[in-house]
Amino acid sequence: MFSYYLQLGLRSLRRNPILTALMVLGIALGIAASMTTLTVMHLMGSDPIPWKSDKLHYVQLDNWSADSPYYDDGRPPDQITYRDAVALVEAGKADRQAAMYKLSLPIQPQNPEVKPFQSLGRVTHSDFFAMFEPPFAHGAPWDRRQDGEHARVIVLGKALNEKLFGGQDSVGRSVRMGGNDYTVVGVLGDWKLRSKYYDLTNGAFNDPDEFFMPFTTAIDLKQRASGNNSCFRSSGDGWDAYLDSDCIWIQMWVQLDSNERLAEYKGFLDSYVNEQKKLGRFERPLNNRLLNVTEWMDDQRVVSRDVEVQTGLAFAFLIVCLVNTIGLLLAKFTRKSGEVGLRRALGASRRDVFSQFLVESGVVGLTGGVVGLALTGLGLVAVRALYPEFRSVAQLDWTMIAVTVALAIVSAVLAGLYPTWRACRVQPAAQLKM
Amino acid sequence: MEIRPILSALMRSKVSMILIGLQVALTLAIVCNALFIIGQRLERMDRPSGINESDTFWFGSNGFAPGYEATSVQKADLALLRGMPGVVDAAPTNSLPLSNGGWGEGIGLQPNQKTSTAQTTIYLVDDHGVATLGTQLVAGRNFKPEEVQDITFGDNLRPRVVIVSKALAERLFPGEDAVGRTIYVNEDNATTIIGVVERLQQPWVDSDSIEFATLVPAFMPYGNATRYAVRTEPGRRDEVMKAVEQKLGETNTGRIIGRMRSMEQIRADAYSGDRAMAIILGTVIFALLAITALGIVGMASFWVAQRTRQIGTRRALGATKGDILRYFQTENFIITTLGLVAGAVLAYAFSLWLMQQYQAPRLPWYYVPIGFVCLWLLGQLAVLGPALRASRVPPAVATRSV
Repeated sequence: MFSYYLQLGLRSLRRNPILTALMVLGIALGIAASMTTLTVMHLMGSDPIPWKSDKLHYVQLDNWSADSPYYDDGRPPDQITYRDAVALVEAGKADRQAAMYKLSLPIQPQNPEVKPFQSLGRVTHSDFFAMFEPPFAHGAPWDRRQDGEHARVIVLGKALNEKLFGGQDSVGRSVRMGGNDYTVVGVLGDWKLRSKYYDLTNGAFNDPDEFFMPFTTAIDLKQRASGNNSCFRSSGDGWDAYLDSDCIWIQMWVQLDSNERLAEYKGFLDSYVNEQKKLGRFERPLNNRLLNVTEWMDDQRVVSRDVEVQTGLAFAFLIVCLVNTIGLLLAKFTRKSGEVGLRRALGASRRDVFSQFLVESGVVGLTGGVVGLALTGLGLVAVRALYPEFRSVAQLDWTMIAVTVALAIVSAVLAGLYPTWRACRVQPAAQLKM
Repeated sequence: MEIRPILSALMRSKVSMILIGLQVALTLAIVCNALFIIGQRLERMDRPSGINESDTFWFGSNGFAPGYEATSVQKADLALLRGMPGVVDAAPTNSLPLSNGGWGEGIGLQPNQKTSTAQTTIYLVDDHGVATLGTQLVAGRNFKPEEVQDITFGDNLRPRVVIVSKALAERLFPGEDAVGRTIYVNEDNATTIIGVVERLQQPWVDSDSIEFATLVPAFMPYGNATRYAVRTEPGRRDEVMKAVEQKLGETNTGRIIGRMRSMEQIRADAYSGDRAMAIILGTVIFALLAITALGIVGMASFWVAQRTRQIGTRRALGATKGDILRYFQTENFIITTLGLVAGAVLAYAFSLWLMQQYQAPRLPWYYVPIGFVCLWLLGQLAVLGPALRASRVPPAVATRSV
């Protein structure tokens, strides 16, 4: 029966090509607008490391001035000081811990054909790799012993290894950066990061880090962060005064494998800050926070307000498109009252008529969905052109393709329900009398 | 024109009427709010930065060779840049308006003030800064070469003299002459304001104190990194950019010349999000109006087809073509108006939601009446085709049976 209804539906749709095109276009446009924005929002906000996002916690302490809070709403600062980062890492109370900051260094390739260039990377502790799990193509991360030895080692990102060593296994080779030589211990594979969630203070959608080097080594070499730095009082002159100051420029993550460990670590942070208060630091009331990955992404508004507003508007647009389709289907089905009367008189039940028209709406939905999918693809191309930094999140994946087609069919069937219901209430006698 | 027959006809197809009305209502609500958001973005993008943008570019130099001495390289670079053909002036600067990265600092009127009087940005320039940026000195004087301090990287800034933007001067000393007054930058460091410039924005377009900027005369390389702003003769920017990149690369091979960007590029990047938002909302508005118009066309065509015999009867009974045309136009006007009234309520509700959720400003009242006029026109245009077709129905149709 289904294939017969499908035939009937297709024939009826072909009979009024303009009206059909109008309905399909309406659904397709509504679907495309909402799916484009929804894809961007979904990928932006999606959990980047679902298997352990509740175990990784971002450390925030409130060392800000007694006179004015860092944020007016009382949230603690986004970063911590060097001295606190070092104290917390050395205490080692979490299951894993890594402090980090962003660093820009000039690279002088050995290959004379490659001109020196500036490279952006990350300074961190060896635990970083076990915590955030970047894939290694060659070699391995440095270890805690090398952290302690301030070893001149480096892990290269895939792109930088490509540029410097043509993508070969470069473990054991040397790279000259900012006038110092570092030995490559590992090379990352393709690390597909939608957002740089481990450092949201420098923009969630910036270019990926090109290299990683030990925190202790970079501090030895007095490498200043190229990320944000905030001070509420002057830091004094020179590097040592800066390290000792209350300026914040370091991001810190801890891994806590259970809720008990989380509670213990909270207790440890509170006692650490209370100890520091005795030394005259931390003038504000206790305000430590340990947000997990998704909480921290919400807090830092990784999904921007603009994207939320766009998604809301796109769905309102979809509603208008559906209302439009309901109206057109209603018009179409009402015109077919005669046909319905005839079928009813020849013995078709209401149920039969109902399924027939519902199949017809479904066909409109499916066609609209397919056209909508193509338009969604175009929409995402446009988003990538408008927001170059959203490259990684303006991509269709299989889930979203399935959602698109499903949404289109469900919308069209929903839109078709009322007109269909009306159509099958036709009294056969009334239609046949003339 | 008789309204009653139209109304009673409408009452017989309530659902279709409600559907069109609903579509018009949602369209009005979305279009008003989206247009308002676009307007705000365009206004934001239109704010002048206070500096010459068409002929200015900015780039960085980052030394890596052993023994690289940033301060002396900087002095040589500046001499070279200022002597190059096509260059009007050049100055070192750590940051620029619209560049989205720079130095923020609190300013006090007393030493060690607990909360700052104003938040400013610090642009570290030399005596060529004002001329290079092309901002107008409206009071006081420019820096003298001997006032430019050499500061070691990592040491604190203790300026003796500064030039501030007019907006900042107004905030610090409302209604008074700021030139010659003392302010405190960096806790207890007393500084004299020697000049005021007409306008100079901060580097951050989202800053709520965007007009508060301070020029400080100092050379302070960030490690081995320095940055220069260069202003060229009108129309020669691109040519000079290429020449500078080549020349500076040749004179010292122990460094990287990079991030060469024109002010136009910097402005486009700074407002790319606003531009994208305006374009996306504009597209949604266009698609929405198109869908609504097509919906009206579709529905009106259907009604015309459904009522062909009635139209024929009316024509046979003496109604003119104009009567039929006006019938459909009036019908559309009534439906649209009902939809618009509902839409006005929706538009304000939508605006209220945006205000609560996103601290957006209130939708100005005049958007809704303007929206009314636009959608009335849209409705009339959309119904015109089907209505004309209806008016051409010959009276003879009445006598035929279907």
